[in-house]
Amino acid sequence: MTQNKKNIFAKISGRQIFIPIAALLLLAVFNLIFDPSFYKIALSANSAGDPVLSGYLITILDYGSELAILAIGMTLVTAASGGQDISVGAAIAIGGSVILRVLCGTDSRPEVLQAPIIVAFLVSCAVCMLFGAFNGVLVAGFKIQPMVATLILFTAGRSIAAWINNNELPVISDPSFGYFGGFIPGIPIPTPFFIAVICMIVMALALKFTNLGLYTQAVGINAGSSRLNGLNPAFIKFLAFVILGLCVAVASLIKVSRISSINYSVIAKDIEMDAILAVALGGNSLSGGKFNMAASILGAYVIQFLTTTLYKFNVKSDALSAYKAIVVIALVVLSAPVVREKISSLWMKMKLRTKEVG
Amino acid sequence: MALFNKSSAAQKQLQKKSISDTNLLLSITIIVFFVMYIGAIVFQGSGFLKAQTFFNILNANAPLIIASCGLSIVMITGSIDISVGGVTALVSMCCAVYLDHQGGNVFVSLLIALAIGLGYGLVQGLLIAYLDIQPFIVSLAGMFFARGMTTIVNTNPFNVENKAFVALKETRVIIPGLGSVNKIGKYVDAYVEIGVIVALLIVLILFCVLKWTKLGRSFYAVGGNRQSSLMLGINVKRTRFLAHLFCGVLAGIGGYVYFLHVGSGAASHASGMEMNAIASAIIGGTLLTGGVGNIIGTLFGVLSLSTIQNIVSSAGLDQAWWTGITIAAMLCLFLVIQSIVMARKNRSSLK
Repeated sequence: MTQNKKNIFAKISGRQIFIPIAALLLLAVFNLIFDPSFYKIALSANSAGDPVLSGYLITILDYGSELAILAIGMTLVTAASGGQDISVGAAIAIGGSVILRVLCGTDSRPEVLQAPIIVAFLVSCAVCMLFGAFNGVLVAGFKIQPMVATLILFTAGRSIAAWINNNELPVISDPSFGYFGGFIPGIPIPTPFFIAVICMIVMALALKFTNLGLYTQAVGINAGSSRLNGLNPAFIKFLAFVILGLCVAVASLIKVSRISSINYSVIAKDIEMDAILAVALGGNSLSGGKFNMAASILGAYVIQFLTTTLYKFNVKSDALSAYKAIVVIALVVLSAPVVREKISSLWMKMKLRTKEVG
Repeated sequence: MALFNKSSAAQKQLQKKSISDTNLLLSITIIVFFVMYIGAIVFQGSGFLKAQTFFNILNANAPLIIASCGLSIVMITGSIDISVGGVTALVSMCCAVYLDHQGGNVFVSLLIALAIGLGYGLVQGLLIAYLDIQPFIVSLAGMFFARGMTTIVNTNPFNVENKAFVALKETRVIIPGLGSVNKIGKYVDAYVEIGVIVALLIVLILFCVLKWTKLGRSFYAVGGNRQSSLMLGINVKRTRFLAHLFCGVLAGIGGYVYFLHVGSGAASHASGMEMNAIASAIIGGTLLTGGVGNIIGTLFGVLSLSTIQNIVSSAGLDQAWWTGITIAAMLCLFLVIQSIVMARKNRSSLK
């Protein structure tokens, strides 16, 4: 009986998705002990007079969504190239700036939108994919380490974003633009969550019906042998960066829609850290190879859970990164091969000892 | 400029087939720097003719020189560290709080700076070298940790008014005579700050260490090929650990020099410094893949980078975004040159 139980436990803990679920449970229990009101969800009217759900859990679903969208792209990039893209925050600033530029035209405070929102979004998609392609060319073509290659855009990105709008801060007064980051009238669940779900479904379909997942993993595990098997590693890596560019465009739409404006130095600040953390928390190896998309997405929501919890305990937003950094270090130390070996050998010793005693 | 770089690289390779990667990349950097400076004198005139302009570049960039030196060592061993900017901010803030709110003395604040740097070097070195975790992840976390800690220590920026410290900050070293530093002819009574002397001393010491000591040579060996340096009996883990320790301590010293230059503590201090440091090391001819690099090159890397910034701002493009874009473009250019050099090398070794 006990043997059987142990087996089940081993099976569960062996699954990759176990890590984010365990972290989620840990956080959930922590909150339950210290303040059960964390889980309260209320239906109240927002400023526009529509009934919407509010509460910490809804906040997590709301703000975790753009992180989840980014985690999708980041997982692919991590798996294919064995490195991470640290320019996503800056790229979101660029994407958002492009959207506002197209919507506003030459006037920074337009009464009516100068172009349909869909056109602005498509232009932003194109621009973000272009910047993704730029990163992709540096990584896949010139074989520069991904993090160093994306460091270029990491520094220049916010400057480019400011340049696109001549350093003005356009404000959009049209209420329909706010739907993407807020609530659609009549639906009490925040829109970003729906957008994230759409992205997840598209990605799931792509992984199910194309060889994208398989090829990405093959390239990540061994680029040389996948080339010998007829794949084009450079193209697969390039593609991963372009897909991340698309995810960035979607996230930037949500981000600018939330405030109907932009602040170049603050928008999506430190989000690259969160996205990498989501991938790491999903149990994916940060040096490339196999990946689990569902675990990454769940990881993203867990990160948002952590952020919201920290906010609730009155941690300042600038100080958040220190706590998250500690979480990252703890995660990578635990998942380091050397540490794992030590732990498993310790485990074996303990087992042997109990057997001897028994 | 791009055209010139490539053609000069090609010419060099034709002239001397045996020229090593280190020397090739170093000579590109030095040539770029001089061409840029002379170009600035020709096209923008009087400002760049004064020796003080050059010394001001040194004054403003002494911390960057120190941090880039540490980074170069780490990069020579094939690793990387992006936490230097964060450490600089943390050091300035801690020292500022200690000096102003606690009324401490200057010497102890220097010890605090060294301790922070040493602590960073120790922890990151242990994680990277002995636990074999990706250096980028560790130092990214280190960067965010330092930035977060800075705001936890104190949120609002403020100037330090400690008398002893201000006296040290105001100390100027007058450069007498026409000396070796004056490359551009006209002599003006020029000064540098203490930080510059520290930075140049560090450059000199590290140059000697890398060139002539066993440790220095093993940095190159580990960066060039970890497997074969293990075969040669080099303690690879210890070497990598020491490289990160050096980098941490240098970041601490650089942070203090930065603090000495600005004389205030703020969470936004030295933002983007890690990027500038990496860019200078790369421009100075340190290969990202490790095994190739030179401290003198790094010094010229910093100088080129700051010269181009000065040129950009004196050309009237002084909006904040131009600096970021210029550095990024320059880094991109040099990365591509490096990758071409490496590709050539690989091809020739295959033949």
